[in-house]
Amino acid sequence: MDKHVVILGAGTGGTLAANRLRRVLGADVRISVVDQDDDHVYQPGLLFLPFGLTTANELVRSRPRQLRGAIDYRRTAVEHVDIDQHRVFLADGTVLPYDVLVVATGARLRPDETDGLTGPAWGRSVHTFYDLPGAAALETELADFDHGRLVVNVVDLPIKCPVAPLEFCFLADWYFRERGVRDDVELVYVTPLDAAFTKPVAARALSGLLAEKGVELVTEFNTGEVTPNSLISYDGREVEFDLAVVVPAHGGAAWVGRSPGLGDPLDFVPTDPHTLVSTASQDVFVIGDAAAVPTSKAGSVTHFEGEVLVRNVVRRLNGEAPDASFDGHTNCFIESGFGKALLIDFNYDTEPVPGHFPGPVGLPLLKESRLNHLGKLMFAWLYWHVLLPGREIPGIPTAMPTTGKRLPEETR
Amino acid sequence: MTTKVYAGTEVPVADDGFFTDPEQWRPDMAPEIAVEVGIADLTERHWQVITFMRREYAEKGTGPTVRMLGKSSGVSVKELYQLFPKGPAKLAARIAGIPKPRGCI
Repeated sequence: MDKHVVILGAGTGGTLAANRLRRVLGADVRISVVDQDDDHVYQPGLLFLPFGLTTANELVRSRPRQLRGAIDYRRTAVEHVDIDQHRVFLADGTVLPYDVLVVATGARLRPDETDGLTGPAWGRSVHTFYDLPGAAALETELADFDHGRLVVNVVDLPIKCPVAPLEFCFLADWYFRERGVRDDVELVYVTPLDAAFTKPVAARALSGLLAEKGVELVTEFNTGEVTPNSLISYDGREVEFDLAVVVPAHGGAAWVGRSPGLGDPLDFVPTDPHTLVSTASQDVFVIGDAAAVPTSKAGSVTHFEGEVLVRNVVRRLNGEAPDASFDGHTNCFIESGFGKALLIDFNYDTEPVPGHFPGPVGLPLLKESRLNHLGKLMFAWLYWHVLLPGREIPGIPTAMPTTGKRLPEETR
Repeated sequence: MTTKVYAGTEVPVADDGFFTDPEQWRPDMAPEIAVEVGIADLTERHWQVITFMRREYAEKGTGPTVRMLGKSSGVSVKELYQLFPKGPAKLAARIAGIPKPRGCI
């Protein structure tokens, strides 16, 4: 009997899941992919746009063009999903019944959740680089900024790519130095965490780097309100700025909140961190930022999840229990300015440590190097030509490699 | 493993003071833990949050974040900070006798 896999979202996760599934499933399984627009944005590039290191045009391609043949693409928004009836209700009135549903609608920015953030200063003295229009507007703003206090603020976690706000600080240091105005610009990083990053070893390395580049670090700051020239925390502290670059709170897609029993209060989808099956239904799988799992919201995670997701979806279609298990593998290049970058590689159980990746002879971990910067640049090509088509990156396994890493037992 | 005595009972706690075994917690221990973290009086509003924390932990295996609390506990984020000034998610978890909430990554 014909079966139907419906994939909601044609970003990183939806696209690579569709392409991988299309390769392994027979013609008796239909695959439909739904997204509300046709613009697939290479999100890691948003970091570079404000500094004039890339252009908006370079970052956007057509969503359906990233999909293999024999995949049905529908351009419309999702109204809601009825998980008991196995039906997706689309904004154009169509109802899609499914045997297996893959949720891949990612995270969305919720600046509306912070008092004053979208007020009169939004787009003037308060910006974000976490979406394309924001990053493009910030490029113009930065070009005119030659003195004053620039504050980078993360409102709340989880966010996409938790290292990106730090990278923004490092690149800002480089950018203002190149322009010869660094002495006239104060840089401040304001985070709700108790350190520069969540994981202790990486946090030490990254806060060292902030200090080295003269970026002031303000921790445990929970932004409650944004005025045109200051951040005010819930516990009454104030950080003044001339220009603020704010990473707003994130939530899941709005349709998740309209689908009874599926999401959590933030509209992310509670998901088994290993099988990627939603806790609400064994016929609903989740890939990428949409999932409420304890790992970073990052393209590398989504890529590594791909193999596990596809195996478990295929097993479900055959009436078998999931047996593939995701280990939380995450791999991030951290651009540190002046043509250098760091690399971190970790999973649910192992925090980022020094060493080399993917083995003893490889890219240096948790250490600045030119090689890592080249790796970061090369990643854009890999994204369009390897990740989205759903192929493996040669030499980079799905499970986190331990060889080459200086793990705690050895470092003690 | 460290232990502490609350309401006359010795309980195991982690180095940072959070309960390692939520089963050992009793409501009459809460006021004593609260005093330790600088909250002299537990009002009805505090208790609403503490009860919610325990229910969430029982269901999900981890305490909610401040934002989750603000959306689902019936107490706004602003008020949460008035009740638990030094960080509602952490303080309420500690008083409610559940492990330190797993942060996000």
